[in-house]
Amino acid sequence: MTEQSTIDFELVSPERKLVSEPVNMVVIPGSEGEMGVGSGHSSVLSSLNPGVIALYTNDNEEPRKIFVAGGFADVTAEICTVLAEEAILLEDLNQSEIDQELKDLNEDLGMAAEESDKAKIEDRITITKAKRRAVTGEAIF
Amino acid sequence: MPSLSDYRDRIASVKSTRKITSAMKMVAASKLRKAQDQAEASQPYARSMAAMMARVAGNISISDSSPKLLVGTGSDQKHLIVVVTADRGLCAGFNTNVVKMARLLRNKLKGEGKDVSFVCAGRKGGDLLKREAGDSIWQRFTGIIGKTRVEYADSDKVAQFVLEKFEAGEFDICTMVYNEFESVLTQTPTTQQLIPFKMPEEQDNEEKGAVPEGPVSVYTFEPDEQEILKALLPKNISVQIYRAFLDSSAGEQAARMTAMDNATRNAGDMIDNLSLQYNRARQAHITKELIEIISGAEAI
Repeated sequence: MTEQSTIDFELVSPERKLVSEPVNMVVIPGSEGEMGVGSGHSSVLSSLNPGVIALYTNDNEEPRKIFVAGGFADVTAEICTVLAEEAILLEDLNQSEIDQELKDLNEDLGMAAEESDKAKIEDRITITKAKRRAVTGEAIF
Repeated sequence: MPSLSDYRDRIASVKSTRKITSAMKMVAASKLRKAQDQAEASQPYARSMAAMMARVAGNISISDSSPKLLVGTGSDQKHLIVVVTADRGLCAGFNTNVVKMARLLRNKLKGEGKDVSFVCAGRKGGDLLKREAGDSIWQRFTGIIGKTRVEYADSDKVAQFVLEKFEAGEFDICTMVYNEFESVLTQTPTTQQLIPFKMPEEQDNEEKGAVPEGPVSVYTFEPDEQEILKALLPKNISVQIYRAFLDSSAGEQAARMTAMDNATRNAGDMIDNLSLQYNRARQAHITKELIEIISGAEAI
């Protein structure tokens, strides 16, 4: 690794700034596929799929993982800004709770009468499924 | 002439009113701090969002397939005004100023033969507009502003409602009227156009200053400009509404603090005045009694 190999990573939610620190590399779940972003990356503006952001701060350490329910990423050579409405540390997610949520949502879907409600619930289901995948460690496609 | 006990009662009642107003002032001051902190914490997101919008909008060529949220429906017949006020009163002109502005806007548009509808966030706005525009108030949202925290989810709810109506073609142009928080002493009623999207001039310049750009950096967009814009625009509306809510939330407390400060001072003046009158009356009473006793003694 050369000097100056870090990129500033910022994760902001509408209510506050969640993470702001230099990292070696960050992997973000772009809508066109996962993206590893390091210092000197070309400028990209991408929307994000629900998935996991992995922060590599130290070569020897396991990456810190944060789940985001979609959002946007603004990448320049110096800084990677992620706008996310919902962000949770992966270790705070609990599989049984997610399964329960998924079950509840499916029940809601069965009861929803209007199209718009259905679409909303389906969105929630997609996010919850992504959460589940993130927890169980299944491949994210 | 009021009797001595009348004065005593008045003074006691003004004193207890003063106690209430000064307590309200202190409560408002502490809530104001929290609201300001929250408004500050939400700044980074709003700034990044504005920067992204500027980049995408700057890169996109407007065509027929551009999202309607950006280019409009092509008509300006039906207007929607989102009025952001507080849920509670006792904050001087805070609510009435916004409503006054909304009313002016409505009358202007009505004068041009447009249809005007309202969405009211905050109970007071709805109450004040009810009599003259009862039927054209589509929806009233309450319990958002004035809570300890303004939840983003709440503003998202309002945004979703507005967007649904827009999708359904029920209005063409959406304007938001809210109190901009300038300082503790000034909250300025402001109008802001939400739909179609208008790039705020000043923010644009600010952004240019903030992004260190030599030659304009070439941006890659994933999936592509149109798709990103389609996703960004509704989010931006939520963010703008959220910002207005935060401003109003801080503004409400600031306005209440000032109003209650004045009320407390006025109550003090009133007590001084009443005490003076009370003492005069008391002395007059004593003098009268003395005269009566003396003239009674002389008569014997």
